[in-house]
Amino acid sequence: MELFDALTLARFQFAFTVSFHIIFPAFTIGLASYLAVLEALWLYTGRGVYMSVFNYWKKIFALSFGMGVVSGIVMSYQFGTNWSAFSDKTGPILGPLMGYEVLSAFFLEAGFLGVMLFGRERVGKGLHMFATSMVAAGTFFSAFWILSVNSWMQTPAGYAINAAGQFVPADWWAAIFNPSFPYRLVHMVLAAYLTTAFVVGAVGAFHLLRDTRNDSARVMFSMAMWMAAIVAPIQIVAGDMHGLNTLQHQPAKIAAMEGHFDTQRGAPLILFGWPDMQAEQTRFAVEVPKLGSLILTHEWDGEVKGLKAWPPADRPNSLIVFWTFRIMVGIGLLMVLLGLLSLAARYVGRLYDWGGLHRFAMLMGPSGFVAVLAGWITTEVGRQPYTVYGLLRTADSVSPIDAQAVGFSLLAFIVVYCAVFGAGTFYILRLMRNTPDIDEPDIERGVPMRAAGITPASALASEPAAGGKQGG
Amino acid sequence: MDLALLWALLIAFAVLAYVLFDGFDLGIGILFPFIVGEDGERGRDQAMNSVAPVWDGNETWLVLGGGGLMAVFPLAYAIIMPALYAPITAMLLGLIFRGVAFEFRWRTTRAKYLWDWAFAGGSMLAAFAQGIALGAIIQGIPVSGRAYAGGWWDWLTWFSVLTGVALMVGYALLGSTWLVMKTTGSVQRHAYQFAWITGLATLALIGIVSLITPILNPVAWGRWFAWPAILYTAPVPIFVGLAALVLFSGLYAQREVSPFFAAVALFVLSYIGLGISFYPYIVPPTITIWSAAAPDASLKFLLVGAAVLIPLILAYTAWSYWVFRGKVGSTAGYH
Repeated sequence: MELFDALTLARFQFAFTVSFHIIFPAFTIGLASYLAVLEALWLYTGRGVYMSVFNYWKKIFALSFGMGVVSGIVMSYQFGTNWSAFSDKTGPILGPLMGYEVLSAFFLEAGFLGVMLFGRERVGKGLHMFATSMVAAGTFFSAFWILSVNSWMQTPAGYAINAAGQFVPADWWAAIFNPSFPYRLVHMVLAAYLTTAFVVGAVGAFHLLRDTRNDSARVMFSMAMWMAAIVAPIQIVAGDMHGLNTLQHQPAKIAAMEGHFDTQRGAPLILFGWPDMQAEQTRFAVEVPKLGSLILTHEWDGEVKGLKAWPPADRPNSLIVFWTFRIMVGIGLLMVLLGLLSLAARYVGRLYDWGGLHRFAMLMGPSGFVAVLAGWITTEVGRQPYTVYGLLRTADSVSPIDAQAVGFSLLAFIVVYCAVFGAGTFYILRLMRNTPDIDEPDIERGVPMRAAGITPASALASEPAAGGKQGG
Repeated sequence: MDLALLWALLIAFAVLAYVLFDGFDLGIGILFPFIVGEDGERGRDQAMNSVAPVWDGNETWLVLGGGGLMAVFPLAYAIIMPALYAPITAMLLGLIFRGVAFEFRWRTTRAKYLWDWAFAGGSMLAAFAQGIALGAIIQGIPVSGRAYAGGWWDWLTWFSVLTGVALMVGYALLGSTWLVMKTTGSVQRHAYQFAWITGLATLALIGIVSLITPILNPVAWGRWFAWPAILYTAPVPIFVGLAALVLFSGLYAQREVSPFFAAVALFVLSYIGLGISFYPYIVPPTITIWSAAAPDASLKFLLVGAAVLIPLILAYTAWSYWVFRGKVGSTAGYH
């Protein structure tokens, strides 16, 4: 007997590689939009500080985007290597959706990225702004399509099943805009914006703690805190609507998230506890009576289904999703708190010199990533034991491949990801430690190529200086 | 209209676009350790900068090839990927190392040499693995029902190793002729030498692989050596000869642009040769493009997008190359 079978290893490999991958898009979706806003503000106001902040984050964007690309290619092939049965069965529906992602998003991002990173003095301000906008649009289109794919796996719609056992398209509109997609899209895009905002806010806070007069740090911190104050509360509402949608379509997932095993009227809200799948009860439960029913059904005595309503083989693991859900919600509440504190600080004119607020913001820097990961674990583990909810079991989705092969590749991915993305994270943190200058230079290796007649030295010198002068 | 055939041509186009576009930037990675001498580091900077703005777009064709295969030929995707499990994994790991090196090597001075090696090693591994994958598909993949029926070492034969080496050498030819076109000074002088060596080696390897392929595959034998099919296929080797002539005369006359396009022509012709050998099989020797195709509804739906978006993609990709036209600047400004 082997310690792990191919299925377990393949699941672990997917979880590992996708968790690493999601960190980068979660950050770059928000950062691309932020860069577009900064460049637009620079064009509109002519204030050099916006170009400085733009150049500062552009270097970080280049690093994160590169890591997102290479970890993303892994995902697009892993469907085939480890999940070939899934690919064969769902390919006719999910394949075209991912095909649209490649055609409308990946090429767009990649095609304009070079110009955005290296081409400003080659194309002029207007076209450069256009390139930055296209990169930002590409990240959004990418989110649109891949979340449609993911949502279809959660709430399949618009399909028929053919003789070969494949899911085939019956209604594309229904398949793309499947029941959980709009909620998931809004929730995830807001999450990406918040993730970026809290990273930018933390970097701004870090530099404000060193020098409250640094204009770039002020711009970063102020913009980030507006995002926290406005978007974090909206995200709570969006998340609640997403949850109600899940209750409608995947009640077993909600039961697992809430730690409810028995179906009951007037169900309590279990704040904390230890869901025990074997004993079919949540141990050490700290609960508020009837609040669970009120939140989920908006009635004091509404009926809430418990996990026992499903056979044991059809239940998602409550222990995992119970806790990841609470981590996500807890972070969301802390985000709202920081947003409110920043509003108060802004009101009394202490936004840039309240050390306590800056320390709190620094602490919250990585919070978006943790919340995104916790949220994804909640929704994906909550989908188990299916890949296509209610229709295709995870166990029937895996490739006919030896456990050894999956195990070795898993080991290789773990070693390589930790080394490579560890180094990348280190370089990003080092960039974030650099104090943003008032005339923050463009990407340091300057222009990678020069057209005939333009010397690189003048090209390098002119641009940041121009930004600085306008800012002064 | 035969949608499956149309899509087979489109996927073939995506894969060819990948091979040509990423071919030259992988080739630069393969040549990286050979760009040495007192100007070595500046030369490597120059070589890398010649592809830095475009490598990401180049690699996207690989995602289109893989993702497109899942969309329109899901059965082929579901059989080929497990069959090529190890080479695909190796390719992905190689692409990670070389991809991050584009950014990482500028972010450190102490460890720059490490990322130089990551770029070179990753490029070599990815190219070798792709060549192995090609050889493994040529030699045939056992299928039972709707799934791969072989073991996870089946891809490894002397033939697949040969195609692995051949693709590495071919990419190095694309890379060196690209450097001839885009660089100046000592890098360009080196590149001319590389182009001679890799050009001769590529031609020899194309010959060897072309002779072995029909022996491994009876369908291909009939296409290349039987009368009257040979009338249709004979132009391919003749054009290969012409492309080789343009390549070597260009190198001899120190031309800067024609060698690259001659190398591209060699790749296109070899690719057409493969198409002739294997049509209509997508998983030789059993699965044809029609038996692997997704339902018409899927093919049509994505075709609408492809018809609109692929011309757009080609347009802005061309624009991006146009923006970065000309010779590469003499390396980094200030470090």
